[in-house]
Amino acid sequence: MDLEFSDSEKRFRDDARAWLEANVPRTPLKSGDSREGFAEHVVWEKKLHAARWSVVSWPAKYGGRDASLVEWLIFEEEYYRSGAPIRVTQNGIFLLAPTIFEFGTEEQKERILPAMSSAERLWAQAWSEPEAGSDLASVRSHAERVEGGWKVYGQKTWTTRGAFCDGIYGLFRTDPNSERHKGLTYLLVDLNQPGVTVRPVERIDGDESFAEVFLDGAFVPDANVLGGVNQGWKVAMSTTSSERGLSLRSPGRFMKAADRLVDLYQRRPDPGLRDRVTRAWMDAQLYRLYTFQTVTRMIEGGEIGADSSLNKIFWSEMDIRLTETALELLGPDAELLGGSPHAVDDGDWMLDFEFALAGPIYAGTNEVQRNIVAGRVLDLPR
Amino acid sequence: MRFSFTEEQRQMRDALRSSLTESCPSGRVRAAWKTPDAALRTELAEQGILAINLPEDAGGLGLGAQDWVLLAEELGLVAAPVNLIETLATNPTLAAIGALDLASQVGTGAEYVALEEPGGYALDADKAAGILAVRDGRVGWLRDATLVAQTSVDGTRRPFKVDGRFEAVDADATELLDRAALAAAAELVGLSRRMLDLAVEYSKSRRQFGKPIGSFQAVQHHLVDALQRIAFAAPAVYRAAWSVDTNHPNRSVHVSMAKVYASEAALFTGRKALQVHGAIGYTFEYDLHMWMKRAWTLSSAWGDVRHHTDRVGQFVMSGGQDA
Repeated sequence: MDLEFSDSEKRFRDDARAWLEANVPRTPLKSGDSREGFAEHVVWEKKLHAARWSVVSWPAKYGGRDASLVEWLIFEEEYYRSGAPIRVTQNGIFLLAPTIFEFGTEEQKERILPAMSSAERLWAQAWSEPEAGSDLASVRSHAERVEGGWKVYGQKTWTTRGAFCDGIYGLFRTDPNSERHKGLTYLLVDLNQPGVTVRPVERIDGDESFAEVFLDGAFVPDANVLGGVNQGWKVAMSTTSSERGLSLRSPGRFMKAADRLVDLYQRRPDPGLRDRVTRAWMDAQLYRLYTFQTVTRMIEGGEIGADSSLNKIFWSEMDIRLTETALELLGPDAELLGGSPHAVDDGDWMLDFEFALAGPIYAGTNEVQRNIVAGRVLDLPR
Repeated sequence: MRFSFTEEQRQMRDALRSSLTESCPSGRVRAAWKTPDAALRTELAEQGILAINLPEDAGGLGLGAQDWVLLAEELGLVAAPVNLIETLATNPTLAAIGALDLASQVGTGAEYVALEEPGGYALDADKAAGILAVRDGRVGWLRDATLVAQTSVDGTRRPFKVDGRFEAVDADATELLDRAALAAAAELVGLSRRMLDLAVEYSKSRRQFGKPIGSFQAVQHHLVDALQRIAFAAPAVYRAAWSVDTNHPNRSVHVSMAKVYASEAALFTGRKALQVHGAIGYTFEYDLHMWMKRAWTLSSAWGDVRHHTDRVGQFVMSGGQDA
């Protein structure tokens, strides 16, 4: 056991820290989930890419630094620590890219990954449908075979930043006689074409970053089938496993949030909440430890597997506890949104709390995660 | 960065597991409620476990917390009726004060050194060659001690209120108590794992409404929530072992985190396991209560959740940084 970073890991950390300190925008950008803010965030993403910090763990030929998993975690810690903007590219670089690395052809990697790392093309995930949420296998969107590819029909919903992105990835029924998990295909759909209608949907925090995507004969070339026709379920499960397990919510995010909470407590101390603030800090540290344990296991040849579900339950519930504690510290000021003359920290805590509330819902509800753990880890009967 | 045990450490764990599976079934724990189990210390001594963290010139293996933490977890798994926490905690202290003869006797199982839990009790003090205690932040022997026997809810534990002439020695009190809290945390993880196993197995065999109760989501989610707490407590405990061995500047914070999460995991798992078992789990005849009661006692001993949360809080609120 050696829980210190190696010398080269420390050098990597110092490099990342120095670059971020010199380059992170001094004034926060507008929300990346608003149209105006999204454009500002894309500019930031291009700057990250130009300095080769946008996708550190990828091979250099796709814009990365060939960083190890540990270095990736270090970068994430430094990124959040620096207060850098949220990653509007995250549903591409963290969720789609691992699937392309695993299932994509060389042609797909060469074509899609560089444009993703440079934020030339941004991707949104399109899993949910009006009739398919936690029960993803009940998707109704389908694809019909045509010359050179597929025409897609149906409706996707709750597509984060779908109104601003260039493409979506999701599951489509390609075998009309199939049921449930069979006969589905993982397709990449260009949004900038006839047959696609994107309608923004406001979230509870007022941002229009959700979208409904209506597909009526949009074309998907064969080159945009990922992992083989009718193999979509297996391919999609690899994405959802990386989403829950490692890449979606790295520890750095919560360590930063916990440090901000401690800072808030020191400005507005309330002895009755001291233990809860302490616990939020401990939970973030614990999540970091758990992640380093997982990463070590992966480096030593193991897999994430259904553990990723335990992970997802932990961070999503931790995030709510943390932000609830902040709101209690703020008391009557908790309701004040940014721009209010008396808002504390520009009203960020309420936005953070609203965002945290979505955690137990997206990426597979926590109830579904518990079912997965019950079946696959505890081997309980159906 | 490498957060895993070595092959040797895992092999030692596996060896102890197979020997305890054989030698320490639940019937032996139950028997220790009536008659203290003196033989178990000898058996552990024969496997070198009582001397694991003694220096070689005291007949020990010269190993550290990373080597014993999994072993303490194994003892928790079988709810072994033996005071290993005291021995793991006091061994390096005995070595530090030069009491090598006594230390080697402890290592062979011939003698036992008791350790008073601060503000609490000393187990088996009547059989001890000496009683170590921490008073006002200093370590010392309690000489000419008076002992008042108590009865614990866990019938395998024999606590004594002890008092006596305090004879200070030159040893680090925080290190001593950190080792005790870490060993307790490790046992708590083992206790939790077994309580969860019992509940999972029971839920697969017990049928109601024509199905195993383990097929009902309400029952499944109890068990998953317990598993999650155990799965997250374990790395806190393992990290603290590394911090003890490396004398990390934040060692005490790490030990406190270990004890908080392990205590909560054990209390929570006990409650969930009892609920899943229903009335059978509430009987004296069924094994669960022996694990649950050990969990109650160890979660409050060597600093409870409040104590250790407060210790982390002092660090965090004074601007302490980790990682």
